[in-house]
Amino acid sequence: MTERVQVHEPFVDPAQQHAADMLGMYIFLASEIMLFGGLFAVLFVCRLLHPQEIAAASKELHLWIGGINTAILLTSSLAVAIAVQLARQGSRRAVAISLAAAAALGAGFLILKAVEYRLEYSDGLLPGFSTASKFANPATHLFMNIYLIATVLHAVHLSIGILLLAGLVWKLLRRSLQVPKRASVIAVSGLYWHLVDVIWIFLYPALYLIR
Amino acid sequence: MTSDHMVDAASHPAQPGIAETAEERVSYLRAGHTLGSWLFTSDHKRIAILYFISVTFFFFVGGAAATLMRADLLTPQADLLSDEGYNRAFTLHGVIMVWFFLIPSIPNTFGNFLVPLMIGARDLAFPRLNLLSWYIYMLGGLFTIYVLIAGGVDTGWTFYTPLSSMFANGNVVLAATAVFIVGFSSILTGLNFIVTIHKLRAPGMTWGRLPLFIWSLYATSLILVLATPILSVTLALIAAERLFGIGVFNPSLGGDPLLYQHLFWFYSHPAVYIMVLPALGVVSELVAAAARKPVFGYQFVAGSSIAIAAIGFLVWGHHMFVAGQSAYASAIFSFLSLAVAVPSGIKVYNWTATLYKGQISLDPPFLFAMSFIGLFVVGGLTGVILAMLAVDVHVHDTYFVVAHFHYIMVGGTVSAYFGALHYWWPKIIGRRYSLAWGRLSAALIFLGFNLTFFPQFLLGYLGMPRRYHVYPPEFQVLHVLSTAGASILGVAYLLPFTYLFYSMRYGKPAGANPWEATGLEWSIPSPPPKHNFAERPTVTRAPYDYTIEYEESDD
Amino acid sequence: MNGFLSLWPDRASAYAAQLDTLLAGFTVVIVLLSAPVFILIVVFAIKYRRGRPANRKHPVTRNVWLEISWSIVPFVLMLCFYVWATKLFFDLHHPPADALEIDVVAKQWMWKFQHPGGQREINELHVPIDQPVRLTMASQDVIHSLYIPALRMKQDVVPGRYTDMWFKAGKPGTYLLTCAEFCGTQHARMGGHLIAMSQADYARWLEASTTDLTLAAQGAELFRSRGCSGCHGPSATVHAPNLAGIYGKPVPLEDGQVVTANDQYIRDSILLPQQQIAAGYPHIMPSFQNVLGEDDVLKLIAYIKSLSDTGEGSPNREGASK
Ligand code: HEA
Ligand code: HEA
Ligand code: HEC
Ligand code: CUA
Ligand SMILES: [Cu+2]
Repeated sequence: MTERVQVHEPFVDPAQQHAADMLGMYIFLASEIMLFGGLFAVLFVCRLLHPQEIAAASKELHLWIGGINTAILLTSSLAVAIAVQLARQGSRRAVAISLAAAAALGAGFLILKAVEYRLEYSDGLLPGFSTASKFANPATHLFMNIYLIATVLHAVHLSIGILLLAGLVWKLLRRSLQVPKRASVIAVSGLYWHLVDVIWIFLYPALYLIR
Repeated sequence: MTSDHMVDAASHPAQPGIAETAEERVSYLRAGHTLGSWLFTSDHKRIAILYFISVTFFFFVGGAAATLMRADLLTPQADLLSDEGYNRAFTLHGVIMVWFFLIPSIPNTFGNFLVPLMIGARDLAFPRLNLLSWYIYMLGGLFTIYVLIAGGVDTGWTFYTPLSSMFANGNVVLAATAVFIVGFSSILTGLNFIVTIHKLRAPGMTWGRLPLFIWSLYATSLILVLATPILSVTLALIAAERLFGIGVFNPSLGGDPLLYQHLFWFYSHPAVYIMVLPALGVVSELVAAAARKPVFGYQFVAGSSIAIAAIGFLVWGHHMFVAGQSAYASAIFSFLSLAVAVPSGIKVYNWTATLYKGQISLDPPFLFAMSFIGLFVVGGLTGVILAMLAVDVHVHDTYFVVAHFHYIMVGGTVSAYFGALHYWWPKIIGRRYSLAWGRLSAALIFLGFNLTFFPQFLLGYLGMPRRYHVYPPEFQVLHVLSTAGASILGVAYLLPFTYLFYSMRYGKPAGANPWEATGLEWSIPSPPPKHNFAERPTVTRAPYDYTIEYEESDD
Repeated sequence: MNGFLSLWPDRASAYAAQLDTLLAGFTVVIVLLSAPVFILIVVFAIKYRRGRPANRKHPVTRNVWLEISWSIVPFVLMLCFYVWATKLFFDLHHPPADALEIDVVAKQWMWKFQHPGGQREINELHVPIDQPVRLTMASQDVIHSLYIPALRMKQDVVPGRYTDMWFKAGKPGTYLLTCAEFCGTQHARMGGHLIAMSQADYARWLEASTTDLTLAAQGAELFRSRGCSGCHGPSATVHAPNLAGIYGKPVPLEDGQVVTANDQYIRDSILLPQQQIAAGYPHIMPSFQNVLGEDDVLKLIAYIKSLSDTGEGSPNREGASK
């Protein structure tokens, strides 16, 4: 009996439950994409309104920090993908290690992001904290506002992801989460992580690169 | 369901109601009697009832605001409400009616109750998420009540910037938070429905055999999941704008106030289909049951739901014809608004064709369905009038628009809601109600409704702007008519709650299938047992296969 | 506009009559499309009432051709009206060149009008009949909407940009003029009248309410008193463009774009000078955002415009060629 996957109330078999979990996650992610889509639309319109100013403002951002962060997130996604693969084969410790690595990379991203905010603060570019007079013109201010909202929203998502992965690691280590029996839990969480990564992949060029 | 049981009940005054039936004893209604067993349930049927109670509560709160407004509009001066008071009244009326009543109304009550029953599942795919969604709804509701007590908001339900972000003096941030929160409830419900419909259909329940109500809920859920997040960011931006002055919608900081309108309508136009698609689904069920015939052109009716949902995402600009958007954009939006009328027309014509050679019953649910069709057609076709550019320039932001959307939302969706209530009540509660009273309230609602809102079309074309409580005296007669209608309507809406409530104790047991309808939900006892189906059903027949009675009588 | 109960709004222009015709025609089509539904529902409900004997043999449950025809036919009918309505709409967006220009400034909760001769009025707009009138509209605070039902016309007035609207009144009279976009507490009281008068009466009215200075002259006054001439004037030491003759001309910007110096551009140059910088000049012009109201800006524009109308001064764009 221990080999049987636990099936929750409305489901009749594990395959059905797994498929439902995956589909549920995909739909959730679709709605997340729309959430950020709204912000991208705002950014797009502002760029149309003030192409030059925003390009100039974008040059003030720390391209290299963003670049390193992109690399970090991509690596973390790789770690998560490996964990999902390993989970199917049932290697509990290895799954825990690669998830922990991904979570640590995520934390690294957040730390770098904090450093970046700190630099922007001293450059007088961080809206809400720096005085508005430091901005070359209203459009720069506007761009930095959007930048702040979008990156903070992304950071919130990432933090949730880190907590999620950390929780999984904890459960794996305490053996309250069995692989490969519950490999789909890892797959579903992995999807979320990938999405947070993909959103960054779009934010990075939209904010830093298009000038 | 032909005899009027109220007479029976009255003739046995000594007998306090009708004793509990065997079905009731094992039903979901009796599975746990504590408050906790309701508040922590994950049974979709009980959650449906939780929603029913909360949604009805908000309907009356919104209705009370409407009552105040209509009373104030009796005279051309401001005599009941101050300027500020009236503005707050219609804002709360709009916000509550749209987000706390109409959007959750049919999906979260009847959808919750019926989706698993209709497709032969034991529950929704994620029962605990379903409960969470109700709690989120209630949290948003509490915020709204708080806003109400704290003095309201004065932006209109549309929260246009820069009024809302810089000038309004009400509790804009709190109200936006309330709507923001309730959005997540919508998203979770939509997600749950989509997964359930995809993955939990009983063996043999193919897509081509799904009840049309399920098809329409599926389309609705797609919109819920994809459009609501846009509203969430938009409201968050409003709050940020108001609190920190970020400038996205502020022209003096380089922002654009029209951007707000684009974002808002990109959500809110699809949202109007969130409000009407479930109603269209209910009516498809009711028409088939009324005629005891398969729905004419099942594929077209099912497909049109999806078409409405898809095209509905492309027409938002028709709310902005005079807002200053480019004339070419307006021309395109106008054209697409015509296109979205086509699938709506398909439904209406197919229902009419379904009645042909049917066995038409005139019981309350079917009366509601027929008044739905009439009022929806008027509301929809006046929507097409609004979509005509030059005409909209004149009637935009007048009572013509107010009449248009009340015809669809109140005459349409609310009628369908009451139709659904009268149709599935025997299933939900297991008792029959008085048909005579049901017919009376259907008729009263229809009359009261037309008296309230038809004059508003005339008012609008005459040039009476909306959101006005001080108006030129020549408009008074029509306003008085409208208020008179609203008082009839208010009473008529209260009526069903009396006899339905009465039936819970004094109604006759309904039996599994009081309307002799098809559909899995009618194959199980009323009220349904906790686990819905004793064993997993297998579907072998097409939907609505009322074949037997075809040639029963010839002329 | 008076009387106990009117069922059709006043018509103050030929356009209003055209629109009424469109609506009447459309109503006929709508009745044609919906009457079958209403009639058939009632007829079927009676004829095939449950328990009533009737011929119910061979009911059909699908017919693709029927489906297609009742999708296409209404749509095509509607398309004709779409073309008609869109045509009228586009006419509204093409004001004739010889229109009388009147400026409108909306603010919570009043309408201010400025005639070219400098006459100003609040909540009342006097116009001559049989002459096209073009309104250039700006908002001081939130979105408002100028609505004149008797003309069947309205246009939102959006902060941060000019919108316009033109009409030709055909019948003298006093008509309702209101604000149609919800704009805060006293939205319902933000209105007044459009007073259309014969050309002679209008001339007399202008005469009677005339002020010392025309709009452009008031602008010239502001140009001096607000210090514009300190930089833009002929004797200025600062390197700033000469504004004579720039109206309607292309202006090369610092970033290489070329824009036309229209009302909107000049407004933005005054209120948001950092947004578009003319090529070859230093970034020193201060913003007048909190100093000048939209009505003042409109006067300045009238003045700058008048500089080119009279050909006074010569376009002096030496900065651009550097
Ligand atoms: C449930 C809600 C609901 C629904 C379903 C609709 C449906 C439609 N609406 Fe409506 N609408 C609102 C709710 C709704 N609306 C609200 C709330 C507002 C105001 C918001 C605000 O400003 O506060 C509004 C405003 C609104 C406007 C803007 C008015 C303005 O502010 O100036 C327009 C303009 O195009 C419009 C058009 C339409 C059209 C074309 C449809 C179509 O989907 C209708 C389709 C149905 C039919 C056409 C009838 C049946 C068809 C036939 C009988 C077949 C024959 C016909 C043809 C083929 C053409 N609506
Ligand atoms: C979605 C649903 C919905 C519903 C169901 C309704 C229902 C009603 N609405 Fe509403 N309405 C809107 C959505 C809705 N409305 C929206 C979105 C707006 C736009 C808001 C805005 O401009 O921002 C609007 C605006 C609006 C206006 C225009 C205000 C203005 O622009 O100035 C009017 C005016 O007549 C009106 C009237 C009514 C009436 C009479 C009802 C009736 O059907 C209500 C009948 C119900 C009852 C009457 C309840 C019965 C209860 C009692 C009788 C108890 C009363 C208790 C006390 C008084 C203590 N509504
Ligand atoms: C401190 C000096 C200064 C003052 C005061 C000033 N301006 Fe300017 N103005 C400039 C300079 C320099 C430019 C060119 C750079 C730019 O486009 O910002 C300019 C540009 C303009 C332009 C755009 C012209 C073009 O060729 O593109 C307009 C219009 C204008 N000013 C109007 C005004 C008005 C009206 C006022 C007074 C209310 C005013 N200015 C006050 C310095 C000034
Ligand atoms: Cu100004 Cu309403
Ligand atoms: Cu719409």
